[in-house]
Parts: sequence; structure tokens; C-alpha cells
Amino acid sequence: MTGTTTMAQALNAALRDALAGDERVVVFGEDVGPLGGVFRITDGLTAEFGDDRCFDTPLAEAGIVGFAVGMAMGGFRPVVELQFDAFAYPAFEQIASHVAKMRNRTRGRVELPMVIRIPYAGGIGGVEHHCDSSEAYYAHTPGLKVVTPATVDDAYSLLREAIDDPDPVVFLEPKKLYWAKAQVTLPARTEPFGRAAVRRPGGDATLVAYGPTVPVAMEAAEAAAEEGWDLEVVDLRTIVPFDDETVTASVRKTGRCVIVGEAAGFAGVGAEIAARVQERCFHSLHAPVLRVTGFDIPYPPPMLEHHHLPNVDRILDALDRLQRDDRPDTRFLPLGGAA
Amino acid sequence: MTERHHDGGPEALLPSAQPVRFLTDTGAAVRSRPRYPLPDSETLRQAYRAMVVGRRFDAQATALTKQGRLAVYPSSHGQEACQVGAVLALEDGDWLFPTYRESVALVTRGIEPTEVLALLRGDAHCGYDPNRHHVAPQCTPLATQTVHAAGLAYAERRKGSGRITLACVGDGATSEGDFHEALNFAAVFKAPVIFLVQNNQYAISVPLDRQTAAPSLAHKGVGYGVRSERVDGNDPVAVLAVLSAAAEHARSGQGPFLVEALTYRLESHTNADDATRYRTDAEAEEWRRRDPIARLEAYLRRRGHLGDDDVTEAAAAAEEYAARLRTRMNADPELDPLGLFDHVYDVPTPQLGEQRESLRSELEAEEALT
Repeated sequence: MTGTTTMAQALNAALRDALAGDERVVVFGEDVGPLGGVFRITDGLTAEFGDDRCFDTPLAEAGIVGFAVGMAMGGFRPVVELQFDAFAYPAFEQIASHVAKMRNRTRGRVELPMVIRIPYAGGIGGVEHHCDSSEAYYAHTPGLKVVTPATVDDAYSLLREAIDDPDPVVFLEPKKLYWAKAQVTLPARTEPFGRAAVRRPGGDATLVAYGPTVPVAMEAAEAAAEEGWDLEVVDLRTIVPFDDETVTASVRKTGRCVIVGEAAGFAGVGAEIAARVQERCFHSLHAPVLRVTGFDIPYPPPMLEHHHLPNVDRILDALDRLQRDDRPDTRFLPLGGAA
Repeated sequence: MTERHHDGGPEALLPSAQPVRFLTDTGAAVRSRPRYPLPDSETLRQAYRAMVVGRRFDAQATALTKQGRLAVYPSSHGQEACQVGAVLALEDGDWLFPTYRESVALVTRGIEPTEVLALLRGDAHCGYDPNRHHVAPQCTPLATQTVHAAGLAYAERRKGSGRITLACVGDGATSEGDFHEALNFAAVFKAPVIFLVQNNQYAISVPLDRQTAAPSLAHKGVGYGVRSERVDGNDPVAVLAVLSAAAEHARSGQGPFLVEALTYRLESHTNADDATRYRTDAEAEEWRRRDPIARLEAYLRRRGHLGDDDVTEAAAAAEEYAARLRTRMNADPELDPLGLFDHVYDVPTPQLGEQRESLRSELEAEEALT
């Protein structure tokens, strides 16, 4: 299939092709059956493959994930949907204590090839508990792979790879990108897990982004070009496994790095990336590694979320603090005084 | 889903008014005949021997904690009828989902006792191969494995394998959300799974009346459409009879079955606990009178299915089992620190490779110093 495709359609195609290609694949969760999911990602799958392959479950997230653990032990490859990021928390014990650990605690004898799909992050005007950026919880849990696509062809390819992967994958689907369109030919196969993509080459500074902030970083790079910045944009694609090599190579080249993520900055994935960049690129850095993130607040009401989410202006402001003129960042001087 | 989940009204799902019993406290046959078939005498003889060996194993494991050979051990002393019954009611291909208190069930299943005790010794999280024995890793978080048992049972149903699963939980775990989600999923998807609740009256120190206001733990099944039963958990004949019927129910496509077995944890929660702080000796004495091994021995002797030779032989086998366990547990386990990085993922990430190298250098430096 070639033409203009949304990310939602690409994800749907990935599930369809996976169901058609492997009878062990089963899709289940809340409203994923005849309705096709609240975001319609499973649209038409029950009709095409039957209620045995794509089915609704009781409304209980721990049950959904735990049931998938059992089915995976029994030889199936479950792909479950947890309806919203902030509704996934009842399943957290199952994910942290069992999904992530089963391979390790059985010394490799029991593996859980399963995918937990979660509509993720903000930007859609969702009311409370519909827009958390929860990636750090999963990324902090060894044993999980954590994936978030930013482009339409990656959405297809990464989801197919997630389903084929022998390890459990938390697959975070940026809600605001569901309706993003691109010209693609499916089935598409992009780079494998663990490889970040340089979405835009540049020499002056590196913007590191993942999932929903990749388009924001791209837009900021366009705007910055008008101010004379030649920015490189790195799309992580998989938070775990993390591609140190690509990020390190980019920052060693540019000497400056800004990480862009929607989640609260404190103890987040951006903090981990900043630490890794500093450890590996210290002698190449011309400026502190900066983060543009959401504030350290509970996710705001929809009419205020645009104040919270990273945007082009905030990224441009961060660029101003990258000491291109060898001026230190005044924000962090004692008493806030200028140098 | 249009399947009918059960025939008849809710009454058909409810447990018996009194826990099912075949034996009196002293091992005589009860007068009113239970509605479950009597297990055959060969299975009961097997159960007797397994309980004797299991109890000796349990005592040896507790002794090993005192010698510092086990980090901790949760005893199932007094619960042998449930431990052994759960295993004998299953066929080889069926799956068992145990908790940390099911060590006796696991050795009854034929798993090497040193492999069973790896978790509690602390050299591995699971010392045996779950796929080989069809026994999931012993689960420490409460009730979480019940949902896995439902999912695996459903997988077996989908494959048409005829296999079933049995998940063990205690009374405390029936308060956990996962237990309820497991009952619900199992019922909705007609998963062939048995939930065996060993109600040993205490969740560490918290007594049953603080755990629930339900008429019984078995009554929790009816709200989910799950056939439920209560059984005297210290009556090995009744436990085997009810669990065998539950297995038949599940295997024949009628869906899940919940069994509450009333029993008593004669020891503390673990060797690190002190039961005298929350219960009386008199209470424990009451339960000692209903000892499952003594009851079954009395019953089988009366029926002529067990003689002095059998009793002597079982006791000798138990001593031999314990002696072999002692010897093997007195040897330090072989540990491979670099193995810590194995099996986190199918293929280690580059970062894990780096961390493995760093530990390897540390170990080599230590080695050079000694």
C-alpha cells in the first residue's frame, strides 16, 4: 500500500499484517474489538480475523497484562492495548514484577514475547488522566524495551519489530501524532531497535527528541536556521535499547546538546540522556547540556497544556543559552547576576 | 461473547454449607457421604507417603535457616494435605502456579529440593526450569500469578491441549485486586484453571476477620460466575476429592473452579516471624489435633490400605530425603557474578555489555589481590 497514510493507519496495518503473518499473535484489551479501539488503531481487526484473534476484555488493566503473561507462557504472542497512559498504572505491578523480570528470574527459560501498546503523552486536549508522559517509569525498569515512534513508517516498522521481538516491549504511541500524515509504502522496514535516526543533519548543535517531540524539534530546527543555527535532530526511536553511539557521535560533532521531552524534567529520560552525553562528550562540549521539558507539575488541564509542553520558542530560548558567544548561562550564576 | 457461563442460578455456584469432609478429626469416615467421588486407595497411599516426606523436607528446610544455609523459609507445616493434594490432582502436562509457601508441593511434583530452595537460599530467583516441570516460578507478590494461571489456562484451551492450570494463594491474597481480576478473566474466557485458596487463618499476623467480611473465601467466586467449594484442608481425602472434581470440571470445558481449603499454619509466617505475638498456643493445639498425616494414616490403616511396613518405609524415605538435602545444602552454591547480566534481554544491550566488563575488571582485580 502506497500513498498518504496516517500514523493510526500505519499502526493498524502493522497489527493486521502481524495477525495475518503469525497465528500466535493475538490482540486484546478494552474496546479493541468491534469498536476498533478508542483511537481506532484496531479498526476492522475483529471483523477480519475473528473474536479469537482480536478481542475485548473486562475493564481491568492488571488483568489484561497478567493474562497476556500467561498466554505468552502458553505460546502466544499477545499485543495488548492499555487505553490511556494514565490508565495503565493498575498494570504497573504486573509490568514491573513479572513482564520485565520473567526472562531473568527463570534464567532465560521462560520468555515473554508480548507488546503493551499505550496511547501516550499530550497535545490532544485530553482531560485529566488522559495525557501522562510515563516513559521514565518503564525505561527505569530493566527487562523492558521502550519504544516510541515519531514518523509514520517508523510506527509501522517498530510495531512489527516489537511483535516479533522475543522481549516484552512497551510501545508508546504519541496520541497527537496518530493523525500525522506521510507518503509511505507499506509494509515499511526502517532501522532496527537500538538505532536512533538523524532526522536532520547539522553542525552547530544537537537536538535529541523522541516520540511526540520529534516534530517539535524539527520545526525548531527550521526556525533556528533563520537565526543562523545549523541544527542536527536525533530521533531516539527506542528509549530502551538506547543508542549511545549515534547520540555521542552527534554531540561530539556539534559540541552542543539540547534534549526535548514532554515529561516532567526531574529524574526523567532527558536527565539520563544529559548525564550520558556529559560522561561521553565532556571534552567536546562547548556549553552545558540543556533540557527543554514539561514542568515538574501534574499534567495540566487541557486549556493550559500548551504552557506545559515544549514548543519551538522554548527550544530557541535554550539555543540562546548554548554560549555561542562564550557567555555563561546567567540563570545559574550566584544571585542571578550577569557575568 | 454469547456462551453460557454456567447452568442454573447462582446457587449452583455456591460452596457447600459446611466444608467438605470425608474424615473426622481422628480419621474415621464421616457418616454423611460427601457428593464427591472417593479417591482411589492407591492415590491416597501415595498422598500419605508424599505428606510424610514433605513434612520432613519442611522441617529440614526450617533447620537449614538456623544453620544459615537458607536466607528465609516459609513453612507449610500442617498444610501438607493441600500441598500434596494440589499436585496429585493434576496430570503431568498441567501447570502449577505456586507461591513462596509451596515448597512441599514443588518437591512432591518431583523437582529437586535444592532447585526448589534456590530462591530461599538466595543464589537464584528460580532454581528450576518452569517449562520442564510445568511449574511457574514461586511467586512472592501476592495473587499476581493467579492472572498468569488464567491466561495460560486460556492459552491451553485455545490450543485444545486438554491441559489445565492450578494457582495457589493464601487467605490474605484474596484481598488483592489481581485475585479478583483473575477470577473474572477466567470466568469470562472459560479458562480451565483451579484457584486453590489455602486459608491458613493468618496473613503473617492479620487474622481472617480483618481480611474479609465475606461468608467464606469460597463465596468470592459466585460474584464472578465461578463454581466454588469449601473443603476441610486438613482432610487429605476431601482435598483430593474436591480438587480432582475441580480438575475434571476445568478439563471438561466448564471453566474455572475456586476451592477454599480451611487449614492452619502451625509455624510462624517464616523463621523471621514470631507467631506468639498474635495468637495463642491453645489455638494451634486445636489444629494439631486435626493433623492431616495422622488422620490419613488412621483412615488407611482402618481400611487395611496401610500397614506398619508402609509407615516405617515412608519414615525411612523421609529421613533419607532429608539427609541428602542436608548434604547438598551444606555445600556452597556455585555463583557466577557475570551471569547477572545474562537474561535481562534476549541479546544484552551494549550498555549491559559495558557494565559486565566493568564488573569483570573488578573481579579480576580482587582475584589478583588474593
